[in-house]
Amino acid sequence: MSFTIKVNGRPHVVDIAGDTPLLWVIRDVIGMTGTKFGCGIAQCGACTVHLDGAPVRSCVLPVSAVGNREVTTIEAVGETDSGKRIQEAWLAVDVVQCGYCQSGQIMSAAALLQRNPAPSDADIDAAMSGNICRCATYVRIRAAIKQAASGKIVVTQAIPVTAIGGRK
Amino acid sequence: MSAHQLSTGRRTLLKGGLAVAFTWLATPKPALAFVTPHRQAGDALAAAADGAPAFAPNAFVRIDASGAIRLVMPMVEMGQAIYTGSCMLLAEELDVGLDQIQVEHAPPSDDLYGMKLLKGQITGGSTSTRSTFTELRQAGAIARTLLVSVAAAKWKVEPASCLVERGVIHHRPSGRSLAYAQVAVAAGKLPDPGEVKLKAPGEFQLIGKPMARLDSSDKVLGLTRFGIDVSLPGMRIATVKACPTFGGTLARLNDRATRTIPGVVDVLRIGNAVAVVATNFWAAKRGMEALDIEWNHGPNARLTTKALRDGLAASQANGKALLGRELGSRPDGELIQATYKLPMLAHATMEPLNATVHVTAERCEIWAGTQVPTRVVANAAKLTGLAPEQVVLHPQYLGGGFGRRLETDYVDQAVAFARLARYPLKVIWTREEDIRHDIVRPMYHDVISAVLDAKGYPVWFGDRVCSATVLGRWRPGGLRKNGLDGDAIECAADLPYAVPNLKVEWVRHDMPPGLLVGWWRGVGALHNLFIVESFFDELAHRTKADPVAWRKVLLRNNPRTTAVLELAAAKMGWGSPLPPRVGRGVALGEPFGTRVCAMVEVEVSADGDVRLRRAVVAVDCGIPVNTGSIEAQIQGGLLFGLSAALYNEITIDNGAIQQSNFNDYRMLRMNETPEVQVHIVNSTEAPGGIGEVGTAIAAPALANAIFAATGVRLRELPIRRELLAQKGHTA
Repeated sequence: MSFTIKVNGRPHVVDIAGDTPLLWVIRDVIGMTGTKFGCGIAQCGACTVHLDGAPVRSCVLPVSAVGNREVTTIEAVGETDSGKRIQEAWLAVDVVQCGYCQSGQIMSAAALLQRNPAPSDADIDAAMSGNICRCATYVRIRAAIKQAASGKIVVTQAIPVTAIGGRK
Repeated sequence: MSAHQLSTGRRTLLKGGLAVAFTWLATPKPALAFVTPHRQAGDALAAAADGAPAFAPNAFVRIDASGAIRLVMPMVEMGQAIYTGSCMLLAEELDVGLDQIQVEHAPPSDDLYGMKLLKGQITGGSTSTRSTFTELRQAGAIARTLLVSVAAAKWKVEPASCLVERGVIHHRPSGRSLAYAQVAVAAGKLPDPGEVKLKAPGEFQLIGKPMARLDSSDKVLGLTRFGIDVSLPGMRIATVKACPTFGGTLARLNDRATRTIPGVVDVLRIGNAVAVVATNFWAAKRGMEALDIEWNHGPNARLTTKALRDGLAASQANGKALLGRELGSRPDGELIQATYKLPMLAHATMEPLNATVHVTAERCEIWAGTQVPTRVVANAAKLTGLAPEQVVLHPQYLGGGFGRRLETDYVDQAVAFARLARYPLKVIWTREEDIRHDIVRPMYHDVISAVLDAKGYPVWFGDRVCSATVLGRWRPGGLRKNGLDGDAIECAADLPYAVPNLKVEWVRHDMPPGLLVGWWRGVGALHNLFIVESFFDELAHRTKADPVAWRKVLLRNNPRTTAVLELAAAKMGWGSPLPPRVGRGVALGEPFGTRVCAMVEVEVSADGDVRLRRAVVAVDCGIPVNTGSIEAQIQGGLLFGLSAALYNEITIDNGAIQQSNFNDYRMLRMNETPEVQVHIVNSTEAPGGIGEVGTAIAAPALANAIFAATGVRLRELPIRRELLAQKGHTA
């Protein structure tokens, strides 16, 4: 079957079985690897992407169900205001450890901030409990979401060095 | 935002594995060299394979004529922030900013990157900083010394009159400056300077400060490539199924239906497993589901958890013990005795196991995240019949290790399939395969005992540990002369407390062949700290003493550990009143050369549900390198340990692991996460480990808190809520 899906503003024509989850279309067909496979049964949230701005678990969403809706992945979430603020806060708080789940965490957090500019602890619990982090970076995830929402530094300690990208 | 720019489009280029032939050239091989800051045999070839930098004074520092400063990381990055910590050690003495460097994965080489403590290029056991704290600083200092000496000679001044700021050498009296890049070629021709002076701790610019991780930006942007993200021209994607029964084999296979599924390109079989190869993972998974497989379940076909537990109990009761440590003898008095049991655990790294392999007639190339790169290479050589120098490993970032990637089984298996395929093959385990074929943390069945003096303090400590041996399987030569597995008695044989008489022994009870046991974050300390610190808490309560005050008396000869106990107690507000069914627990220990005290506060509902309210951890890990990552490791590590203590147990029926995914192997989530405060002692002692410390101290603090809240002593993990429900309530 041939499907046209719009990912990060760009249409992609993919020829694949209609039951193929969006995750594998993004990773194995389109070749974007920021979205991760963790469980395959919508239990861990590593595969979270946005569908018209709402977070979905792409590991259980058949490509045939995407339709005309806009898919946004970690590669482009920084182009939205909430996504950019979340990523900046993630860096300021230095959330990541192994980093594998963090694309999904950031997608869930960006969607939360988009619909709720001032989330409470309970709101954060509700929006983020579908995302497992085995390194258990949850304490800093919570701090980063609050920082992104308030714009105020809530980091418990100074982090004096600019993060490094390395050479191109 | 000025301090925290997202470096969109800039990626940490990770090289490594460009060529690894040099690893194996030295024959006859000298005894393992281990990391050294000095130039050694093998350096020249390693540098040549690493872009032939103008200046490569040792295995760690490369400066190109272009000015690029590249640091080679001997350990692998799996979340513990070792890349940042190692770079801090090197950059501190090299006098460059962390924003000026590029990070490279080291290629596999025990000679150049082997760790003293683990005797090889192995990332594990919370040994990385302990193994390299001096050596990496010396490596940076040697590089700086050589670069400065070129500038000083050129200017005809004393090297000591020069200073370096951010990689630029200055001679202030004459106002002259030269960048490292300008002297790199000349410095590259100089001999090793021998011993060099290191900075005194008071002169540190980086060490001891909270530095942002070097890998944050890429990970936040989704740019980091983990093993599972590898993509090669012509690559196919496979998923695998091994015989669900430990030690079973593949008997018969009908793949007719599988081969009709669009996207499926191949079905490969090896002795105990089958791989379905496709153009994408989903097609491979569908193809796997369509396979008609018959297994030879082998000798473990009827194995159950109960049978394993019964066997362990029998060995505990009757097995011959190997002596670990004995001090004095047991005095007269009432023998207080308790039995503690721990379950098997799976690792469930966030990134499911995977490896990408391309085998040709002349070469075997591997892309994988591994904690044991040189073992991967050696095994691949054996499996393919190629010479080790024909095997190339491209190390990748690890989406979690926790000890699972100290094993090579998932890479070995991918090599075996890739040998049949001959095209580049990425093998990805499903989460179900990942949990059902974990190499589990072994179960334990220990009997622990004490005799108390008139005041209620132990004058005798007895501990009879019974378990399978991880070390005996993973590195048989690591067992002590009498066959003792030192890991089995870690943190039990060497108590922080003053107890005059003790006997700690171990009964080896092997699992059935095929059921492999492995390292799991926290290792021996995780097991014994739960048992010792729970039991000592029992003793304190038995004498109606406050568990903190009671421990303090036993720590009278141990000021460093007393300090973390007092610090945690002060920050927790230990002793302040609490509502009913709320309790605080304390646990302390000295795992991995670090002193730690954790305090956990819980509320237990009438139904027996445990809610974590808050946690405080005080840690003295010696001289702290990166206080930011120490905090992160303790926070995450503690929650990792609490998650397992609350929820996790691997069980076996019909010879197979029953758990399969996060729905039946539950993980702690955001809504269950308490505030975790970390307080770091400003120590000047030698560095201790940090990556496993929080995990190892979590469970006893939790169980002791639950006792304080409910009066129920938990001597088994995971926690069973039905034991904690109040009368009249159902769990």
